[in-house]
Amino acid sequence: MSAAAPLGSALPAPARGARRPALRRFMRHRLAMFGLAAIVILVVACAIGPYLSPYGPLTIDLRHRFQPPFLGPHLLGTDQLGRDLLVRLLLAGRISLTVGFAAMGLSTVFGVIVGLAAGFYGGWAGTALMRFVDAVLCFPQIFLLLTLAALVSPGVLTITLIVALTSWMEVARVVEGQIRSLRERDFAVAAEAIGVSDTHLMLRELLPNVMAPIVVAATLTVARAILLESYASYLGYGIQPPTPSWGNMLNNAQEYLTSAPWLAIVPGIVITLAVTGFNFLGDGLRDALDPRLDIHR
Amino acid sequence: MSGTGAPLLEVTDLAKHYPITGGRTLRAVDGVSFTLGAGEVLGIVGESGSGKTTLGRTVLRLTAASAGTIRFRGEEITDYSRRRMRPVRRHMQLVFQDPYASLNPRMSVEQILAIPLQVHEPGLKRAERRDRIEAVLSTVGLFPEAASRYPHEFSGGQRQRVGIARALICNPALLVADEPVSALDVSVQAQVVNLLLDLRQRLGLAILFIAHDLAVVGLISDRVAVMYLGRIVEIAETTTLFARPRHPYTEALFSAVPDIGGRHDRILLQGDIPSPVSPPSGCPFRTRCPYAEAACAEALPPLVERAPGHFAACRRPELTLSSPLSPQPVSRFAADA
Repeated sequence: MSAAAPLGSALPAPARGARRPALRRFMRHRLAMFGLAAIVILVVACAIGPYLSPYGPLTIDLRHRFQPPFLGPHLLGTDQLGRDLLVRLLLAGRISLTVGFAAMGLSTVFGVIVGLAAGFYGGWAGTALMRFVDAVLCFPQIFLLLTLAALVSPGVLTITLIVALTSWMEVARVVEGQIRSLRERDFAVAAEAIGVSDTHLMLRELLPNVMAPIVVAATLTVARAILLESYASYLGYGIQPPTPSWGNMLNNAQEYLTSAPWLAIVPGIVITLAVTGFNFLGDGLRDALDPRLDIHR
Repeated sequence: MSGTGAPLLEVTDLAKHYPITGGRTLRAVDGVSFTLGAGEVLGIVGESGSGKTTLGRTVLRLTAASAGTIRFRGEEITDYSRRRMRPVRRHMQLVFQDPYASLNPRMSVEQILAIPLQVHEPGLKRAERRDRIEAVLSTVGLFPEAASRYPHEFSGGQRQRVGIARALICNPALLVADEPVSALDVSVQAQVVNLLLDLRQRLGLAILFIAHDLAVVGLISDRVAVMYLGRIVEIAETTTLFARPRHPYTEALFSAVPDIGGRHDRILLQGDIPSPVSPPSGCPFRTRCPYAEAACAEALPPLVERAPGHFAACRRPELTLSSPLSPQPVSRFAADA
């Protein structure tokens, strides 16, 4: 373990030993590195950026209304009230990223629980559970989202819950399939022969071996959650002004699309950056953690 | 050498059937009965697909039996729930064929060995647990430092020792060894077989030793059961079985053992083992049996005691079947080890 295995080593080295080649594969994945950098920059900027700016999010600068980017004191321009676009963008980022991560966390936990239960216990209950997952998957996600959003009063918490409710199915399917096959593996049978509890078998023996696909699915879920939140907020069912989010900034920009296109372009670019960033990261993780690239397993 | 008094394990008419598509049934194990005394080693041989592994796992209640009964230490455990099985499990353990697949790659040896203790002896203090782990590692011939290592850092033979240590740490009465040496090099095989023999002597362990290699089975077993298509076709004490097999399938298995010099004529079985979904009528072996007659297709021959303790399921007891192996088939290991 101490010395890193030589490159291209043919020695099978699962688990701990395999994490180093996996890390190396990940570091070599350019798009993933780009995605990671984009995400880190966005998160850091959103976290500390607003404190560094001389403008507040609601500070109205009437002398500089509709200032285009780079052509005045406001770096990314201002909106119809002369509010600083950059500060609003970063504050909106806090909301959108929080919704993205929180929805990812919730949907992953929920999906893992459903997948684990269905895959582990199987039988008619497991089948019923997975057919339910399939049924939910068949339903167009955006309509489900909009229907749910129309029924409850929108807010950061509710939109997070709604996004999570519409995106846990993929994780559930991945986990269910993996658990079902892992359960037949010898080390799981060995644990059963020892007489361990179901909880131990699920959480200590099986789940650690499914972490890689879960991480990949979770990363991609963040991207989708951000996108879903943007849809909902853009359509007015999501985060409500004055709380800024990337989606409702776009909504607000509609009216000025011809006169002040940067109001739409700037949040659009940031949404694109965040979503592609997470997607690239997810792809990179998938390639790096792909068990088929791992000679032994 | 069967045990005195009530046997440790008593299996009666055990069957494991799997329903498959089309409403048909795969009879992996069918009507298997045997007993195993405390400290006794029963070898189970047969080719792939004969139901050996399924038998072992069904006996351990890792899969539910379709019919028949399993009595273990006087308790009928056939219908025990998972929860009721839990306290029984410490007395019956399993060693796997593939030492690569049977150890969780994400746990160190210490973590792997700690689990049985946590389950069955939860009152143990940390230091006591360490002592037990160290003790069992030395029992199977590994160094105490092995505890902090991960499975992939070991060779196949060492991993198999870890697997055996895991099975032994709670001092079971019965070990089901499912082809424990088939995945290992011949030289390592000898070490593991010797380890099992040694353990059996020191710990009074009863072993259900499943293998397809007659030489290994003959070396370690007190009695041997030969399985074909999910049934026991012959069962006898090792020496009598090796001296005079009474089922043509056993003879064919003996004949298949490779030897240098070619001193005997091979009995080559034609074709594959028939499908356990639609076994032949009558004697299941008749389709490949060189001595089969028309009458063999009529009824399933029962296991009949042909000599004291020697049962065979063949309707032609008059056959004189040859066994090319000596009663002490140790030459192979003596030469290789």
